[in-house]
Amino acid sequence: MAFAAQAKRSAPLARSNWVTALVFLPPALAVFTIFVIMPVGEAAWYSLYNWDGYGTPSQFYGLRNYVSVLTNASFLKALLNNGWIILASLVVQLPLALGLALYLAGRQIGTTTFRLIFFLPYILADVAAGLIWRFVFDGDYGLVSAISQSLGGQPVYMLAERNLAEIAVLVVIVWKYFGFHMMLYIAGLQGIDATLYEAARMDGAGAWQRFRYVTLPQLAPMIRLSVFFSVIGSLQFFDMIVPLTGGGPFNSTHTMVSFLYSFGIMRMRVGFGSAVGVILFCICVAFAFGYKRWIMRDE
Amino acid sequence: MNELSLADRTAIAASAPTGRPFSIVPILRLGVLLIVAAIVLVPLLATALGGLRDLGDLRANAFGLPKNWLWGNYWDILASARYWRLLGNSLVIASLTVVLTLTLASLAAFAFAHLRFFGDRFLLNYLMIGMMFPAATAILPIFIKVRNLGLLDTAWGVVLPQVAFGLGMAILLLRNAFKQLPSELLDAALVDGCGYVRYFLLVTLPLSLPILATVAIVAFVGSWNNYLLPLILLNSDLNFPWPLGLMAYQGEYSTAWQLVLAFITLTILPAILMFLLAQKYIVSGLTAGAVKG
Repeated sequence: MAFAAQAKRSAPLARSNWVTALVFLPPALAVFTIFVIMPVGEAAWYSLYNWDGYGTPSQFYGLRNYVSVLTNASFLKALLNNGWIILASLVVQLPLALGLALYLAGRQIGTTTFRLIFFLPYILADVAAGLIWRFVFDGDYGLVSAISQSLGGQPVYMLAERNLAEIAVLVVIVWKYFGFHMMLYIAGLQGIDATLYEAARMDGAGAWQRFRYVTLPQLAPMIRLSVFFSVIGSLQFFDMIVPLTGGGPFNSTHTMVSFLYSFGIMRMRVGFGSAVGVILFCICVAFAFGYKRWIMRDE
Repeated sequence: MNELSLADRTAIAASAPTGRPFSIVPILRLGVLLIVAAIVLVPLLATALGGLRDLGDLRANAFGLPKNWLWGNYWDILASARYWRLLGNSLVIASLTVVLTLTLASLAAFAFAHLRFFGDRFLLNYLMIGMMFPAATAILPIFIKVRNLGLLDTAWGVVLPQVAFGLGMAILLLRNAFKQLPSELLDAALVDGCGYVRYFLLVTLPLSLPILATVAIVAFVGSWNNYLLPLILLNSDLNFPWPLGLMAYQGEYSTAWQLVLAFITLTILPAILMFLLAQKYIVSGLTAGAVKG
């Protein structure tokens, strides 16, 4: 029946198929090509020139922009910071989100309220979250300082000191994003077949064994997805840096994108900035391909 | 020890209640949840209350209630054209983004779901490329292109690149949903002489409202909170969406934290209200969008 319908459709309508496609597809293809694909190609082109953005690029630089990016101490620090953000996402945020999801996957009273509270930071703009925490960390008016002083300590200027500022950024990232990952894990946990737990229990599996041999393997696809989002999100992290630290103190809290903003865009060094963009592009695409190829093979 | 109890909780959450008595675990669980909830909420509450204080009170009394409740801080902002203009600009940009994303993506998704044509697989993969990297990678060429098109400092200048970078995921979500509609419907419609365009408008779209809502929520929230593209592409205060306006306000009043806090509170209020009113749709929209995309 379905087969007959299939045959009926494909013969007379084969031509109208692509005529229709010619109506439905071009708008999306045009916008996508003009604003995504061409800019990426242009970034690669501009990155070979020394150019202030006016007229056409003419001063050919070869790979010199790449050399100056990759030997720039602030860029290397930014790259390292992106690494720290990824690490914090995987080592702190992921277990926290998973643990809370285990607590909140059931239907006990109050779970919905807690889920909503934990998800709340995720819907706030990074800029607002960054400013809120700039206040929390403010040495004169902030909460951290107030706690420190009420314990008899000195005011703490978290954002003015290199190491503390880096930690502050990581704290805010976990605060903002753990709820989103928790929701992913809750969705995953709710999809696990309850009979698996029954079977495990009958086989005498303890709580740890049930977690290790039922929950974790069943949740693995969602964990892989959550790790993917964490890494991609960490690589493009920018919005929160501006209100929180502006990349300071002494360029110690830049990420690749905030470095691109401060050193490429603000100074209109199109070639240099484009080289940063191309490097970021290569990292993102290499990661996405590698991850899909080796880690998310079956999904 | 901790992991044991965590595991136990899932096992119990995911299976039928066993009726095994627990004494300390539920209390521990509640304690952990309350601590995390406090860490989430205290900065937000301190911000909202901080907007009611004067500077001295803010400095001396971070955790208590305001000494004098200075509602004027809030009223002055609510009475200013500036605040409403920021929200209005954000609303215009986000609405245009949603409408354009839905239009372009649903048309393309329909073609990929129901039509077979030369190069269909290649074109679908082509449109998915944009999901792998952020707009930041090409931000300078985007700036130059938007400038050359004469769209700098206009809503459309922000909307077009924003839509373009969201298209891949929107098309993927919609195509997968369109494909799941019963194919007998399309066959019957075509046999009855209903063309693809009419079928798309009268059958596909009305039957796909949940997934269209998901795509709309993802696009709206993304646009409402977007910072980088408007930062690069808009330069006059009159056109700023609220994240840019918030940063500008903070720059102007950086010595008056209480006003900045009131301004933060009022600018995040629409998002919080929307979230509380449509929590179910927003949570499932943002997570389903991520998972299925």
